[in-house]
Amino acid sequence: MPKETFAARFENLARICEFVTTGSREAGFNEADTYCIELATNEACTNIIEYAYDDGAEGRIECSIEADEKGVTIVIRDWGRPFDASEVPEQNFDVSLEELDHRGAGLRLMRGAVDEVVFEPLPGQGNRLTIKKFR
Amino acid sequence: MVETTQLDKVDVVKAAGRIDGHTSPDLKEAFDGLLDQSRYKLVFDMSEIDFLSSSGVWVLLETQKRCRRRNRGDLVIASANDNIQKTLDLAGLVHFMKMYEDVDSAVGSF
Repeated sequence: MPKETFAARFENLARICEFVTTGSREAGFNEADTYCIELATNEACTNIIEYAYDDGAEGRIECSIEADEKGVTIVIRDWGRPFDASEVPEQNFDVSLEELDHRGAGLRLMRGAVDEVVFEPLPGQGNRLTIKKFR
Repeated sequence: MVETTQLDKVDVVKAAGRIDGHTSPDLKEAFDGLLDQSRYKLVFDMSEIDFLSSSGVWVLLETQKRCRRRNRGDLVIASANDNIQKTLDLAGLVHFMKMYEDVDSAVGSF
């Protein structure tokens, strides 16, 4: 199973995405589905870089990708503070442009782009996020 | 890499490649530079963008907020490919931004 560890920095988002898009294409996904996998992965890692680690801390993101006959599974690990997705409000578009809040936008993209998104806070050991895209 | 082109009434902003948490500050800087010069009629040419994240979406929405505070100010989108359109749809931008198939149509909309 391909697995790679990256420093949790914005400049590494392209490399992390390249890692998963390579795996997605090798697993036989088309470009549209590969883009969705890239989008979900990018949003997940952006969230980790922004919120998981203290400012100035050198955090890590570990990413693995595995394909089978059902689809592709991406597991993203961090060792930062626990993330509770239920605390993030659903983004509401029934508001004026001025009132629109960006909170929840990344989660909305993730959940819309792939078939399953499961967050698992690991007490004292960061978080594990599992993303699945079915064929 | 972000380029801006000033036309008679409208400015066209063109970016290429990935717009994500790393590159979206450059896009914001380009839009803010135009807004600070009171240029509020903007076309965003997305023809050479191959990835758009929520960070980029939020730059567009914040720019749109500033544009629409002005009389007839607007940010419109041109030439988004199918993948980019996926992000735009999931992010709900259709509620807040007009989209055109090409830059000429977008410029002509003002």
